[in-house]
Amino acid sequence: MDFNDTPEEAAFRKEVRAWLEANAVRKSDDRQSNRARNDDPELLKKAKAWQAKKAQAGYARMTWPKEFGGRGASPILQVIYQQEEQNFLVPLGFFDIGLGMCIPTMMAYASQDQLKRYVKPALHGDEIWCQLFSEPAAGSDVAGIRTRAERSGDDWIVNGQKVWTSGAHYCDYGILLTRTDPSVPKHQGLTMFFLDMKSPGVEVRPIKQISGGANFNEVFFTDVRIPDAQRLGKVGDGWKAALTTLMNERLAVGMPSGGLDVDELMELARDTELEDGIAIRNQQVRSKIAEWYVQTQGLKLTRYRTLTALSRGQTPGPESSIIKIVAAAKMQDMGAFAMELMGHAGILKDEVPQAGGFQAQWVGGAGFRIAGGTDEILRNIVAERVLGMPADVRVDKDIPFNKMGGKG
Amino acid sequence: MNFDFSDDQKLLKDQVRKFLNDKCPMTTVRRVLEGPETHAAEVWQGLIDLGIPGTTIPEAHGGLGLGPLELCVVAEEIGRSCAPVPFETSVILATEALKMAGSPAQQAKWLPLLAQGKAVGTVALAEGPQPLKPRGVATRFGNGRLNGVKLPVTDGELATFAIVLVNTGGQGERALSLALVDLAQKGVTRRRLETVDPTRKHAELTFADATAELLGAEGEGWRVLERLQDAAAVYMAFAQVGGAEAAMWMARDYALQRQAFGRAIASYQAIKHKLADCYVKLEIARSNAYYGAMMLTEGGADLPLAAAAARVAATDAYDYAAKENIQTHGGIGFTWQADTQFHYRRARLLSLSLGGPMAWKDKLVTRLERKNAA
Ligand SMILES: Cc1cc2nc3c(=O)[nH]c(=O)nc-3n(C[C@H](O)[C@H](O)[C@H](O)COP(=O)(O)OP(=O)(O)OC[C@H]3O[C@@H](n4cnc5c(N)ncnc54)[C@H](O)[C@@H]3O)c2cc1C
Repeated sequence: MDFNDTPEEAAFRKEVRAWLEANAVRKSDDRQSNRARNDDPELLKKAKAWQAKKAQAGYARMTWPKEFGGRGASPILQVIYQQEEQNFLVPLGFFDIGLGMCIPTMMAYASQDQLKRYVKPALHGDEIWCQLFSEPAAGSDVAGIRTRAERSGDDWIVNGQKVWTSGAHYCDYGILLTRTDPSVPKHQGLTMFFLDMKSPGVEVRPIKQISGGANFNEVFFTDVRIPDAQRLGKVGDGWKAALTTLMNERLAVGMPSGGLDVDELMELARDTELEDGIAIRNQQVRSKIAEWYVQTQGLKLTRYRTLTALSRGQTPGPESSIIKIVAAAKMQDMGAFAMELMGHAGILKDEVPQAGGFQAQWVGGAGFRIAGGTDEILRNIVAERVLGMPADVRVDKDIPFNKMGGKG
Repeated sequence: MNFDFSDDQKLLKDQVRKFLNDKCPMTTVRRVLEGPETHAAEVWQGLIDLGIPGTTIPEAHGGLGLGPLELCVVAEEIGRSCAPVPFETSVILATEALKMAGSPAQQAKWLPLLAQGKAVGTVALAEGPQPLKPRGVATRFGNGRLNGVKLPVTDGELATFAIVLVNTGGQGERALSLALVDLAQKGVTRRRLETVDPTRKHAELTFADATAELLGAEGEGWRVLERLQDAAAVYMAFAQVGGAEAAMWMARDYALQRQAFGRAIASYQAIKHKLADCYVKLEIARSNAYYGAMMLTEGGADLPLAAAAARVAATDAYDYAAKENIQTHGGIGFTWQADTQFHYRRARLLSLSLGGPMAWKDKLVTRLERKNAA
C-alpha cells in the first residue's frame, strides 16, 4: 500500500503544478484570506474566465473523450489535477451540475451534431447548464413530477413548474424532465428534453434561501416550445434518462473541499476559555474533535480506495455511497458545535470574525443533507443496493398517474 | 495510488476465512462460552498448521516473515469469526512486544516457540478497576524478582509467558518498565476470572517473588507500551472491522427472513436505515484501518495518529453493529440461544482491552495537536 504516484502520474502532477503556478495564485498560509468570497458580484465572471483557461489547457474534464475536449484519461489524473488545484485560489462551483450531470446525460442521448454544438461551450464555461427535475410536489419522489409536455407537430409544448433549480438564474441551458403521458403509472409516462433557458415562456424567479442568498430558483413554463429534436431518449423513457443523470451525480469522484474542518475547529478551541480552562483541554471538546477527524480522514481514505480500484481497472465497490451521508451531517453538526464554543456570541454575524465560516457550515449543512438525495433516500439506497434489502412498499407503483389521489 | 491489499494478501485472507468457516462455526464459539476450555484448541492448532502465529515473525526465527498487511487480513478474519483463540494476546501483543523491545537472546528463545505455537504469550497490564495510566502501577520488579497482582489478564491461564507492566522505581513514566515472566513457576498463581466474554478466558495473575527479566530498558516501559498499543490498535481495528461486518450481515439475514405486520422486517426503514448506518460506520472504520496498516508497514511518522483514528472508528463501528444486531433480532436476540451474543461480548472486550474510546479520542487529539504544531 502506498499513495505514491506512478511515474506517469508524477510527471502529470509536475506538469499541472507548473501550469497552476503560471496561471493562478497559490493559497497563502493565512487561512482567513483563503476563504472564497461567495458574495463577490464578480465571482461568476471570474469563474468563467478560470474555466476557459482550464479547458484550453485540457484540464477541465480529462476523463472525457478527446473529441469532446477531454483527454480520455483515467480518473486518477483528474483527481491529481483537483488535488493540486486545491492549493490555489481559484473560483469554482458553477459548472459542476452542468459538466457532472447534464452534459453526461447529453452524451448518452443527444445527436452528434448537438454534441458538437453544446459540449465545447459548456466545457469552456461559456454556457452553463442546470438540472430541471424537482417540483413542488416531487423531490425525492421525482418520478411524481407534473410538468406536462404535449406534442404539437415537430415541437412539444411545455407547461408547469420546477423548483429548487440551482443556478437557473444564470444558466443558459437545462435538462428538463416532463410528463408526456399521465394515463400510465408514474415512471412510464416521463420524457426528458434539453432546452434553451431563454426560450419564450420560461420564467426564472430566484428563491431566497435560509442563508439569505438566492442560488436556487423557481422556474415556470408557460407554453414553452421545445423542438422534438431536443428530446433525450425515447418518448416515455424519461425515467431511464433521469437515472443516467442521477448515476452520474453519484459517480462524481471529487467532493467539495476547502470548507472549514477539524483544523479550524481546533484553532477555535485553543482560543476559547471555558469555565475549567481552554476548550481544547476539555474532554467533551476533544471527543468531538476526534470523532470528526475520524470522519474527515475516513472520507478522504474511502475515496482513495475507490481510486485504487479505478487505477487497477476494476469497478469500485459501493463504498463511495457513504460520502454524502457522512459529510453533510458532519458539516452541520461541526458548524453548530463551533458556534456553541463561542457562547451566546456564536449567533453574531459581524462582530466575531471566526463565526462566519462556521455559521455558513451550520446553514449549508442543512441544505447539503437535502440536495442531491436526502439523508433518508441515501440510506435507503445503501440498504437496498449495498445490503440487498427490499425496496420500500410503493403503493402508487402500478396506478396510472392521473388516477393517483392528490396528484395529476 | 495503491490503497488496497494485494492479490496475494486477499488470497491469504480467503484461505483463513475458509478455514475458520469450516473449523470455527458459531457452535465452536458457543462450546468455549459454555465450557471450561481456555480456548478452542483444535482451531488454534489449525491456525498453527497454517503458520498464522508466525505471520510477522522473521524466517530466521521460524516464522513466515510476512509484513503487517498480512497480519491485518488475518486479524479481520479472526474478528469476523469470533474465534476463541489467543490471537490478540499471543500473535499480536506478545509477538510485537518481543520484536519491538526483546533482546537478541529473548527473541531467539521465544519467537521460534511463538511461531510454532509451542508457546502462548500475553500481556499483563491492568491491576483492577482503573483505566491504565502511568501513575499507581503497584506491581514491583527488582533484583530479578516480580511481586504484585495483575487483573484481568486475557489468556492468563493458557499463556506460557507474560509481558508485565511493572514499577521499577523513579518518577512518572520513567518508573515503569516491562518484565518478561515465564508463567510456569512456583512464584506465579493463576485464578480464572468470570467476565462478560467467556469465549476469551481471563485470569488474575499473582506474582510472589517470581523470577522475571526486563524486556527493554529500565524506565522505558511506558514508551514501549505506547508503541505496542499503537501497533495493536491497528491490528485490532481489523478484527473489529471483521466483527462489525459479520454482525451487520447477521442482522441483515435475519431481517430478510423475519416477518412482521405482513412483510419482512427488512422492508421497514427503521431497520434499513439502522443497517445503512452500520455500513457507513464500517466503511469509515475500514478506510481508517487501511491507513493504519499502511503506516504500520512504512513505519510512517503518521502512525500514532493513524492508529488512534483506526481504533476510534473501529470501536465505534463494532459496538454499534453488535448492539443493533441484537435489536434487529428482537426477543430472540436477547436469548442465550442466539449467536448475537458473541459479537456483543467480543465488541465490548475488544473496545476495553486496549483502552476505551474516551482514552483513545483524547490520545488522537493530543497527536493531532503535536502534528499541527510540527
Ligand atoms: C441547496 C439545494 C439545491 C438543489 N438543487 C437542485 C437542482 O439544481 N435541480 C433539481 O432538480 N433539484 C434540486 N434540489 C432539490 C432536491 O433534489 C430535493 O429538495 C430533494 O430531492 C428532496 O425533495 P423535496 O424537497 O421534495 O423533499 P421531500 O421529497 O418532500 O422530502 C421531505 C422529507 O421526507 C423524506 N422522505 C421523502 N421520501 C422518503 C422516503 N421514501 N423514505 C423516507 N423519507 C422520505 C425526505 O428525506 C425529507 O426528509 C436542490 C435542493 C437543495 C436543498
